[in-house]
Amino acid sequence: MPTPTATQKSVDRANPAPHLGEFHFGDRAFKWFTLSMATSVFLLIVLIGVKLASGSTLSIQKFGWGFLTSSTWDPGHGVYGALPFIYGTVVSSAIALFIAVPLSITTAVFLTELAPLWLRQPLTIFIELLAAIPSVILGMWGFYVLCPWLQAHLCPWLKSSLGFIPFFQGPIAPRNLLAAGVIIAIMIIPIITSVSREILRSVPGLQREAAYALGATRWEVTRIAVLNYARKGIIGAVILGLGRALGETMAVTMVIGNDPKIPKALFASADTLASVVANQFGGADNELYQHALLEIGLVLLGVTIIVNSLAQLLLKFTNPGLKPQH
Amino acid sequence: MDAANHSLRKFTSGLMQAVTCGCALLVIAPLAFVFYHLLKQGVGSLNWNFFTKLPAVPGESGGGMANAIVGTLELLLLASLIGVPIGVFGGVYLSEYGSSRLNRWIRFAADVLNGVPSIIWGMVVWVLVVKPMHTQSALAGGIVLGLMMIPLIMRTSEEVLLLVPNGYREAAAALGISQWRTIVQIIMRTALKGIVTGVLLALARIAGETAPLIFTTPGNTFWNHSLTDPINSLPYQIFYYSTLPYDDQVRQAWAGALVLLLLVTAINVSVRVLTRDRR
Repeated sequence: MPTPTATQKSVDRANPAPHLGEFHFGDRAFKWFTLSMATSVFLLIVLIGVKLASGSTLSIQKFGWGFLTSSTWDPGHGVYGALPFIYGTVVSSAIALFIAVPLSITTAVFLTELAPLWLRQPLTIFIELLAAIPSVILGMWGFYVLCPWLQAHLCPWLKSSLGFIPFFQGPIAPRNLLAAGVIIAIMIIPIITSVSREILRSVPGLQREAAYALGATRWEVTRIAVLNYARKGIIGAVILGLGRALGETMAVTMVIGNDPKIPKALFASADTLASVVANQFGGADNELYQHALLEIGLVLLGVTIIVNSLAQLLLKFTNPGLKPQH
Repeated sequence: MDAANHSLRKFTSGLMQAVTCGCALLVIAPLAFVFYHLLKQGVGSLNWNFFTKLPAVPGESGGGMANAIVGTLELLLLASLIGVPIGVFGGVYLSEYGSSRLNRWIRFAADVLNGVPSIIWGMVVWVLVVKPMHTQSALAGGIVLGLMMIPLIMRTSEEVLLLVPNGYREAAAALGISQWRTIVQIIMRTALKGIVTGVLLALARIAGETAPLIFTTPGNTFWNHSLTDPINSLPYQIFYYSTLPYDDQVRQAWAGALVLLLLVTAINVSVRVLTRDRR
């Protein structure tokens, strides 16, 4: 698709017929109208930040920075610390990335470089459909199908083969951190895959042809000429996936067990920033409780905005023409 | 030696092809599993009652999800009233006006907004709408979904408007048509199919959102008659029923999940098929 460059656009489109004189009233009004619609995104970002911050003043004043480092979450006694949720979010996202990153990148490589042409389109559609499964449905599936399977098969196997590592010890809870990690992985794989695929597709064909001309095999072309070239963009894709992983809510809430403690092992129940809000905000019956949960939202917002901005910067730098991702 | 090396390299290449193919199959396996289990558990409960009856009291059998299905459609309509105009005309600004610098920031902000977790939108609208009104409401649910649609629609609209050839703009200007009429009557009409596609994709994306609805409109056992009352929705009803200890409700949750997934998938597939030529 021929994307006009910035300068062309400002000359051609902003006022295609400058000699006709000034803008008419209708033109000016329409321009300001669309401008106000477009800039609403800034307003929304500010609104989200301000509302969460002003909604959590009580908790911020009472606990200060200690909120982030305290591991006690006891609504009954009005003591709130976010560390268990930060821990749960970090660990579940890490498990998810550990599973999703290799699978997504190899799948993207298969889709763009190695798969037979007739297979690429249907596989891509399947991956887009996977991305479209609502979180609550994946959560329900996780609750009734994945969790029992993990508890009966994968967890005992991990325990017996990797039990010498502290992460893989202790009793196996029916719903646990590992299940949350697996569910999040399923949810972010389509995102990382489709963004990586766009990145790989944008690698110039000349790059591949040059490697083929040197006698490289298909895989060598991919590894040397394509993957090396696309590395930065793929890192951007992974960080974008991390942004989604950190904020996943419904599916995680349904499979993680919702226990606000810092577990030693992956087989224990835990809680994440997003899941504790989903689980407790509706029942928060006093103002400090609500403020503490809103502050958790604020923490989550801060982290996701930083992570997403980083991802966007990496993707834009390496690939200015990249399409918006959903 | 050289020949052996060469065949080893060819072998590695073939092996990697097989490995990546295996990974791709592994990646789409959950899709097949989810569909399989939803069909297996859900189809049995899809009957006339499911689509026409109100939810039964938990523990009692029978009932349906009629109000949840209608509620989801109502919420999508409300959300569209907010999200579509702001998103589409924002996309018009990005494509037709604006300095490249400002537009870069707007795009950046929209992409960042797309990454804001849905649960956070729910909290913000709770502070903004539910708390001042002292009640959860269909209005709050519609607002939260509508706000989430804005950045999605803005980016897809911009993308399709940019595809309209510049010659259209020049020709209209040459005929002396004012710019805003050119945009509304020529540019936007030309790109209408693409804009509708973007709106449909955004609808498919938010139709399954549950997290933002928990605090804004957490279910309703009856029909909703007012914007200021809570409204039931399919995702919420699935979430609520799926965690109950009653078999009949869990079966209905599977059925609801099947209906929701079919709805979302149908929108997605039709959109992909319609726009296939563009890829």
